[in-house]
Amino acid sequence: MMQRDECLKVFKRHRKDEIVVAVYMAAQEMTHIMPNDLNYTFTGAMGQGSSHALGLALGRPDKRVVLFDGDGSLLMNLGSLVTIANAAPKNYIHCLCENGTYETNGSVPIPRAGQIRFVDMAKAAGYPKTYEFSNLWDWDYELDNILKEDGPIFVDLKMEPGEAYPEDFRRLYSIEYRDKFREALKKS
Amino acid sequence: MADSELKAEDIIREIKKAGIHFVVALPDRVTSHHLLKTIMRDPDFKVVQVCKEDEGISICSGLFAAGHRSLMMMQYTGLLDSVNSLRGVAVEGQNPVCMLVGLLGKEPGVAPTQSKKYGVKIIEPVLDAMGIEHHWVEESGDTQKIVPAIEKAYASTRPMAVLIGREPK
Repeated sequence: MMQRDECLKVFKRHRKDEIVVAVYMAAQEMTHIMPNDLNYTFTGAMGQGSSHALGLALGRPDKRVVLFDGDGSLLMNLGSLVTIANAAPKNYIHCLCENGTYETNGSVPIPRAGQIRFVDMAKAAGYPKTYEFSNLWDWDYELDNILKEDGPIFVDLKMEPGEAYPEDFRRLYSIEYRDKFREALKKS
Repeated sequence: MADSELKAEDIIREIKKAGIHFVVALPDRVTSHHLLKTIMRDPDFKVVQVCKEDEGISICSGLFAAGHRSLMMMQYTGLLDSVNSLRGVAVEGQNPVCMLVGLLGKEPGVAPTQSKKYGVKIIEPVLDAMGIEHHWVEESGDTQKIVPAIEKAYASTRPMAVLIGREPK
């Protein structure tokens, strides 16, 4: 099992100029671990990260879009797996932070925690490539390849909370930061 | 066909005039046959089909962040199902989500708020409560409302809805 912040730190070492969309705890931690104007945290409602990322991927096919989704969030928008597979953006990398809980909402377990085969769902929906990682070494080893491959790619990251980082929901949904993101993306 | 009858080709012309390339859609009986199917065949548009309408609210917002204009087509039932996304993503998130919404079951020539159909009757009050601008398109001349409504949405980065009151031919 990986710790989420360690997992993000590994990603930071491999990151080049990708757009990174993240939700809830991953988004909170991303703002501390890898601040970047191409971070997109403005998802506004639970479950919507995968759909925002699809809009970005379709709108900027020249940029890789990496999403750090939550398992509770994905369960709330499972149909988006089919929508994404149907739209088939080659630049879409859908990473799932599978921690088995609604961590932001009191750490209550998700239904069938630990027993859902998310990669099978993604495959059945039509994602041509899927991965599953439960240790940092494998994630670190494969990440460069994943960031080069044609998508949509689904990556299940089995994790648990690591170090605690301060939460700031106003920052996550800030219009000012969203506008900075738009400007940075325009120049990128 | 009466001159005042709503025509799909007029709506499509206005959508194009407003600079829309991406159309995000979940089929609606009022607009599917003449409007959505024609749009899907038109190479000027890129259609993204969704499984649930709230996905579309967010896809349009992602497209806006990437510098594109888009239109979300759905039935009024889908709009009601997407209220939380509209709240958080479109209104509070200040995203210019432009929606074209079919009012299935609305009686011809009757204002939506006067409809005997409960779901149709509450659409405008729901949008008013959320502070979302809306425009009723029922007859041919009403299509002139579409371009200014889209322009205003993008200028103000606020969502808006065009309510289609009868099946365009």
